Amino acid sequence: MARRYDSRTTIFSPEGRLYQVEYAMEAISHAGTVIGVLSQDGIVLAAERQATSKLLEQNIGSEKIYEMNDNVVAGVAGLTADANILINQSRVIAQRYLLRYDSQIPVEQLVRRLCDLKQGYTQFGGLRPFGVSFLCAGWDSSYGFQLYQSDPAGNYSSWKAACIGENSGNAQSILKQEYKDEEKDNAAAPDSKTAGTNMTMDDALKLTCLVLSKTIDTAKLTSEKLEFATLTLKNGKPNIRIYSSDEIDEVLNKYESVIKPSDNSN
Amino acid sequence: MDAQFAIVGRDFAISVTDTGVSRSIVKMKHNQDKSWQLTPYTIMTVTGEPGDIEMFSEYIQSNIKLYSVRNAQDLTPKEIANFIRGELAEALRSRNAFSVNLLVTGFDKVTGEASLYRIDYLASMAKVPFGSHATPSFILYSVLDREYTPDITLEQGLEIVKKCIAALKTRFVVDMPEFTVKVVDAQGTRSIDIVQV
Repeated sequence: MARRYDSRTTIFSPEGRLYQVEYAMEAISHAGTVIGVLSQDGIVLAAERQATSKLLEQNIGSEKIYEMNDNVVAGVAGLTADANILINQSRVIAQRYLLRYDSQIPVEQLVRRLCDLKQGYTQFGGLRPFGVSFLCAGWDSSYGFQLYQSDPAGNYSSWKAACIGENSGNAQSILKQEYKDEEKDNAAAPDSKTAGTNMTMDDALKLTCLVLSKTIDTAKLTSEKLEFATLTLKNGKPNIRIYSSDEIDEVLNKYESVIKPSDNSN
Repeated sequence: MDAQFAIVGRDFAISVTDTGVSRSIVKMKHNQDKSWQLTPYTIMTVTGEPGDIEMFSEYIQSNIKLYSVRNAQDLTPKEIANFIRGELAEALRSRNAFSVNLLVTGFDKVTGEASLYRIDYLASMAKVPFGSHATPSFILYSVLDREYTPDITLEQGLEIVKKCIAALKTRFVVDMPEFTVKVVDAQGTRSIDIVQV
């Protein structure tokens, strides 16, 4: 009878918990790490591919980073199959908004719509919730660059640097330690659209590499196991760039000095 | 037979409507404000079938308000115009089309620009520097074509409005004693008493 409250998502246990939702979050905490770092002039997303094999065809499409709209790119942690449904849904939502208003959907609105969908599966019917967390990097004209994290329960929150997936606790504390964020500069530009950060794009890439090297359990970071994407502004319009494996190697080489020391300590 | 027109300067827009409501040969009302406030920086003027005007405008006004409340952010004039056009186009292809002609004037705080969108009852939309609808437009466009330049100041704009009204009064067969004049700019929207200008 211990499983009485396990089988259905919509039923609270006597302690007031929803086990299926908690299991979904547990599943995510074993998934490949996804890191997002906000900077003054863009956002960096990086993801770890967990299952790799010599026989697996690399370089075909990206598996963990997806473009949701011209102004939003997302990294996925959890069940890729579930994520595909949500990614597709978010693309439809964004296009509907474009059709209706002839402008890009504000980032928070897209994230909220997606989270409403996820929340629905924790309350109404269905067999289980979506086992997916997102890191959504986006830009819109009213709030500039934004980074959102979401979970299977349908909660979302906005971050300057965030991490989901395996080892996310460790990664988060490194991010907190290393993130350059001087409050005093906020006063100088109160209505700057950069969420009050001192990080440059270069700093963000460097920090991402540092965190990846310390959280991913591997001897050497390679493009085989990683995906990278950036969102920047080009001529006043958001520009999403998903890196090819050559470009990832280039980034890893550039920041080798950051990555190396951690290898010794491991 | 309603008169409505609007003019856009670089950082302001003026929207004018007559105030009469008539049915057949009878004047029903002489002080009707035909403009609808959608956001603090956007207004639309609506003419056409009286019942349709009310139904459609309230529907649009409520939905724009709903968006603002839900998202803690107002739609821009461009977004509002596109939304209206979409709703009108959808209704046109159903059993309950609306016979309404609209002029959407607004000021975009982000770009600092004023704009005017002309939408007719067949849901065709155009972003124009000045615009008008229906029969009075035959008279108004001749005045506007001659007087308008893109770099007009608000004062010059109001002068053009006066000339437009004068032309209507001398040439148009329908008597239009009063007009509502509204200005949209960085300060928001306000009514202007054209006699006192």
